Amino acid sequence: MRLSPQLTQKLAWVVTWVAGISTVLILLVIVGYVVARGIAMINLEFLVTAPEGGLTAEGGISTAIVSTIYLVGTTLIILIPLGIGAAIYLAEYAPDNWLTRLIRYGIELLAGVPSIVFGLFGFLIFVCMLGFGFSILAGALTLVCLLLPFIIRASEEAMKMVPQSYREAALSLGATRWQSVRHVLLPAALPGIVTGIILCIGRSVAESAPLFVTMGGSHLMPTSLLDQGRPLSLHVFYIATETAAFDVAMATAIVLIVIILAINGITNWLSRRFQAKMRGGV
Amino acid sequence: MNPKMQTKGLDFYYGKLQALKKVTLEIKEHQITAIIGPSACGKSTFLRTLNRMNDIIPRVRLEGEVLLDRQNIYAPGVDVVEVRKRIGMVFQQPNPFPKSIYDNVAFGPRMLGLNRRVSLDEVVERSLRLAALWDEVKDDLGKSGLVLSGGQQQRLCIARVLAVEPEVILMDEPCSALDPLATLKIEELMQELKKQYTIVIVTHNMQQAARVSDWTGFFLLGELVEYGKISEIFSRPQDKRTEDYITGRFG
Repeated sequence: MRLSPQLTQKLAWVVTWVAGISTVLILLVIVGYVVARGIAMINLEFLVTAPEGGLTAEGGISTAIVSTIYLVGTTLIILIPLGIGAAIYLAEYAPDNWLTRLIRYGIELLAGVPSIVFGLFGFLIFVCMLGFGFSILAGALTLVCLLLPFIIRASEEAMKMVPQSYREAALSLGATRWQSVRHVLLPAALPGIVTGIILCIGRSVAESAPLFVTMGGSHLMPTSLLDQGRPLSLHVFYIATETAAFDVAMATAIVLIVIILAINGITNWLSRRFQAKMRGGV
Repeated sequence: MNPKMQTKGLDFYYGKLQALKKVTLEIKEHQITAIIGPSACGKSTFLRTLNRMNDIIPRVRLEGEVLLDRQNIYAPGVDVVEVRKRIGMVFQQPNPFPKSIYDNVAFGPRMLGLNRRVSLDEVVERSLRLAALWDEVKDDLGKSGLVLSGGQQQRLCIARVLAVEPEVILMDEPCSALDPLATLKIEELMQELKKQYTIVIVTHNMQQAARVSDWTGFFLLGELVEYGKISEIFSRPQDKRTEDYITGRFG
């Protein structure tokens, strides 16, 4: 049987519309459930009080918020220079030979390794061998290993998207290779790089398995990077599995979601402001 | 008249493909030399050997010499950045940076270490005036170079080159993306610029070569077929292939 073009057009419209609406529905149901269960718990006191532990999970989540900030901050401080440095090397300096092909292959491979494997690696190397113990530092270093392939790939892609004509223009004006990278290519690639960083922040905040085996999970307030830590994602996990206070877990999840949304918002705003500047502030 | 630049027995290869064959040619100071020829005859490749722009392409090989003031720019120990400072380049597609007009022109001087605002202001104004763009943009120096029209963008790129104060300016089909009026402006500008600079222009447009150049080299399949004064090339071509090309029998 042959369908008329008009009919196939209508069918296509219905199918794509259902697909689009389903995505939104799934999101709404998940977020709606989390909010419905948790919203009653949330107030300022919940955010600024330390958790007390115990089966009822009395108290708030202040230490988990602080843990998260320390963890993500430490991760980014190490991750960004390493990742962007490697991307610049691969995109602008690396000759095409067996060594660089091996590096690229290694990056692809790393991106496919399950996060718990990184966790066990981090436990072995950072917690045990290097003697950092269960700590925020060990967790952050583990996240760096986990996220490096992503930030390198995103940044390298962004640099490769910069038109060849910019490179030629910069070099033809007597700029050195580094000057052309620093003043032309990096600024032009920045929106893409920033997007990569957002993704990495999102994953640092959301990741739990590799942190479970490297950070110890104490609910006390961390005072140094060598203290144990319990970021929000781990806190949700501990509360949900070890106490009877499921609503507290959901309330913590709301905070987690809001933080991720805020990070996305801020970074988008920064990147738009930057692009406006690149266009000469019009 | 002094040759500002000279090539001697220049061979150029992309991998195994030979793009230039034993090209020997003189570029006279304060003159406009046009390089003409059909597509893929090696004229752009030739131009890019003159400021070592081909260096950034992998797997290329060059034999022979390119002399700037009798110094081989491919000799070991020559600083390629220094070479490109002395030999500026304007590309086929106008390619201003996604920066303000001011920052575009100030780019070269800044890379060379000039940071004093007062001197930069002077360089920017002088370069834009020389490129006949100042009156059109003097109130919008903070606007992006990308909002200008194609012809204005190309003059911005010329101003950007002038700000580095090169001795030679290479132009790779600078008008091929422009309308006739914008083309005319650039051609007038070239006549103005040749008083201070030596210019080499690649063009596929023979009328343009006839209008702007003093000397012309005709390239075919990587060979320099004929080279001479523009008037002689057009009135008394020595080579049958040149005659066929300029009378429009091929290309």
